[in-house]
Amino acid sequence: MSDQLPIIIVLAPLFGALIIGLVGSRDHRVCVPVVLVALLTSLIAVIGTLTQVLETGPVDYFVGGWEPGKMAPGVHGPVEIAKGFGIQLRVDTLNGFLLLAIAIVSIFVSIFSIRRANQEAASKTPQFYTLYLLLCVGLFGMTITGDAFNLFVLVEVTSLTSYALIAMGRNRRGTMAAFNYILMGTVGASFYLLGVGYLYLKTGSLNMEHIQEVLSANDFEIGRSKPVMVAFVLIMVGIWIKMAFFPLYGWLPNAYSYCPSTSSCLLAPLMTKISVYIMIRVMLSVFGWEWIFIEYAGWSDAVVILAVIAILAGSTLALAQRELKKMLCYLIVAEVGYMVGGAWLGDPERWGMSGAVYHILADAFMTLCLFLCAGIFAKKANATRIEDLSGMFKKMPLTMTGFVVGALAMIGIPPTCGFFSKFYLIRGGIEGGHWEFVIALIISSLVNVVLFFRIFEIAFFGAKPAEGHDHAHHHDEDDHSSNNQDPIDEPTLLEREAPLRSLIPLFGTAAIIILLGVYNGQIVEWIRLTIKP
Amino acid sequence: MKWIALIAVTLTGSLLLVGVGDFPEWGDAHSAANEGPKLESGEQIATAVSQSFLTDTDELTQVPNVVTAVLADYRGYDTMFETVVIFAAGLAIFAILRVFGGDEVKPMRAPEDDTFCEGDHSRIIIGTTCKLLIPIIQLFALYVIAHGHHSPGGGFQGGVIMGASFILLAIARDLKSALDWFSEKTFMRLASVGILIYAGFGVLCQFFERNFLDYGALKTVMFSSEQMARSYAMLGVEIGVAFTVTAIMFAIYANLSSRGELKQGL
Amino acid sequence: MREFLEQSIQPYFNYWVYVILMMIGLWATIAKNNLIKKLIGMSIFQTAIILFYVSVGVKKDSKIPIIPHQVEEHHAAEDGNHAGGHGEHGAKRVTEKHVIEPDKFANPLPHVLMLTAIVVGVSTLGVALAVVQMLFKEFGTLEEDEILAQIKTADSASLDV
Repeated sequence: MSDQLPIIIVLAPLFGALIIGLVGSRDHRVCVPVVLVALLTSLIAVIGTLTQVLETGPVDYFVGGWEPGKMAPGVHGPVEIAKGFGIQLRVDTLNGFLLLAIAIVSIFVSIFSIRRANQEAASKTPQFYTLYLLLCVGLFGMTITGDAFNLFVLVEVTSLTSYALIAMGRNRRGTMAAFNYILMGTVGASFYLLGVGYLYLKTGSLNMEHIQEVLSANDFEIGRSKPVMVAFVLIMVGIWIKMAFFPLYGWLPNAYSYCPSTSSCLLAPLMTKISVYIMIRVMLSVFGWEWIFIEYAGWSDAVVILAVIAILAGSTLALAQRELKKMLCYLIVAEVGYMVGGAWLGDPERWGMSGAVYHILADAFMTLCLFLCAGIFAKKANATRIEDLSGMFKKMPLTMTGFVVGALAMIGIPPTCGFFSKFYLIRGGIEGGHWEFVIALIISSLVNVVLFFRIFEIAFFGAKPAEGHDHAHHHDEDDHSSNNQDPIDEPTLLEREAPLRSLIPLFGTAAIIILLGVYNGQIVEWIRLTIKP
Repeated sequence: MKWIALIAVTLTGSLLLVGVGDFPEWGDAHSAANEGPKLESGEQIATAVSQSFLTDTDELTQVPNVVTAVLADYRGYDTMFETVVIFAAGLAIFAILRVFGGDEVKPMRAPEDDTFCEGDHSRIIIGTTCKLLIPIIQLFALYVIAHGHHSPGGGFQGGVIMGASFILLAIARDLKSALDWFSEKTFMRLASVGILIYAGFGVLCQFFERNFLDYGALKTVMFSSEQMARSYAMLGVEIGVAFTVTAIMFAIYANLSSRGELKQGL
Repeated sequence: MREFLEQSIQPYFNYWVYVILMMIGLWATIAKNNLIKKLIGMSIFQTAIILFYVSVGVKKDSKIPIIPHQVEEHHAAEDGNHAGGHGEHGAKRVTEKHVIEPDKFANPLPHVLMLTAIVVGVSTLGVALAVVQMLFKEFGTLEEDEILAQIKTADSASLDV
């Protein structure tokens, strides 16, 4: 049974989606339990696989049993299976933690979506949850696969579901953003597909490991040919469009800020980060470190400069925003710059890339935390702009506490994970000699200080917001639940504060942000097992 | 915008042309993709996967059509997600467009035209032709699905043809009469059932302590050799694909042609 | 001139066509103003990739990758001729493997991959058309600049309030 764990990670949400597709339209109440059970099964499978990985090294799973070198029974006797015959799934310490992050984030968001999805998606709740689970299937599958073409198929599963989740909102700007996202996303995926085609043309295989073997044979003889170089550029550009890297970020801010808050809570923390992971996976497992940083060392300088521009541009544009969600979206653009830059630093000890992977984990939770808060503010206090947040510390102290943790992590204050990821990135920058990247990181952190302390100031000292957004009727069922806070001196706190189903994911995320920071040494050590073997 | 487009197009074009110079010639049977990657010295360092597909398929699965074998068995995991892509597209269109209830739209044709094969003569011709054609189309669709092992065809192709027969019905008469045959509830369920069949075959193999989609495990259930079990399971999987594709093709047409109201088609 | 055609155009003709198609598609996707035209461009762009993949898998003078069972017929004929010594021959025949010359059959893998790409293209196009219908419902136009202008006026109106 335990050898089947890797596939269960992907299958559990798939079956969940199908069950909702079959019975969901009859009774909408069945959706949330099915989603939770499916994702919890995935989480357990992820934990099981991850312990195996930490004990015995990378776990391979061959779908259909097409394991290279194995003898398969043929009509006239056994046949040896060739390399790259079937599709390989691979879990190592690099993607194991990402799988864990996807599982945890999707569970938190599904708790957050209880009731909220009913209001946002109206009579289409079962369809919303089916798409939600299919998105999770796509994300898990993208992360776990070891096959270059299978990756494309799963990228399309995630893309199609995320187009739908964005366009489902009843905001017409969101629809336009979804259209732009479709165009950009399709062009990006097509570039990736074309790049894989070029690789296939030169290597005759689609399995990542096998491709790397062929490319690196005889001192990169095939790796040095022109189609392989073009393939690398095409794949990178395709993935950069998908992750909204600097000149190609145009679709992201509108798409994420005008879509329903449950959708944005799932998409914003995961989509761009998984794309960054794919970039790192392609760099490490398909082309190889030596090919990129020794054969073509000049490229890394150019990409790091692009990343620096991304960081500065993202931060500057974030400063100019008046809407909270949009500001967070531009911060994502800056964070993508951190991760791409870190992955491309090319320092010999590979601290930059380790930092980038750790930052993927950290940033997933930081972004989730802030988007959850933005969703709560928009719903409970009807506050979408930054100035609407005035007096929030008094009005919703618990939500604001979560927001502060997320914001401090974004700035990079020590006990949170944001500090340590920046520490590793800066270390990589110094060792790789990329001072411009280090300076950009520090400037961006200062901009984040300005951004978030401006919000803190408004939320703490600002005038009391105008009355009139009374949503008291929304949390009738949560009134009796205790919040660990003393309810006696503030009798109306429970009414003003977000319901428990929103606070549990928020505090869970905040706790993980701090835990990830506290145990950063161990986690980075594990990640480095794969990055620098 | 035009300038950005010009720059992007020129950059992409020149990038692609740089690569073309080093390509193997068109139709070269000994290229890296067809036979295996070779070094300058002529040494072949690996066998291309497609080479093994061609030589081993008859041995491993007894399926003459190698494309079907690759599609449904060796790379069956891909194909399952391909079906999921279609399913997701159908759901996405439903989620974006579908409006429930709403005002009764004005029918485009006069109501007395709704009776089939009566009234004006052009309708008689169209109606009779469709009556004759649709069963034949559907029969052909079933043939394409079932004969995918021996000739070009399979679940996707057959499913599209099957979906097209329903679309023809919707065009020739109206959406409503097509929906009487194939209601919204039915096709949305059928789409899930299709993937459930596909993934079900995969999970069934896991119960025999083999990997997901390792159809050889089903030999005890299918009372046949391992190779024939693969062949039969591929047929089952293709039927699952056909279900989903049929349902979603019609769902896409129905939603797009009626702006999500499912009342009056084109 | 003729030499140039024979050496660099003719063997790579498919690849040249695919590059040109791809550029046309990309141009339409970015530069056209009408949303439907953009989608048509996107489709051309995807189709170009299909042409590329299929060209990769071509082998000259090859058939479609459907390999008929020839082994049984061959043995059936032999069975009739050698009625005696059945057991010995039979044992030999079972272990005999039918040799397939892969050069005579086209490469199956690009076809499988492109089936996936076609399916993905159809699905994306369907979703995109649904979004376009939604946009038309909300803005009453399919021209991008008019939609953007409407969004801009709505934005400035909301800022004034």
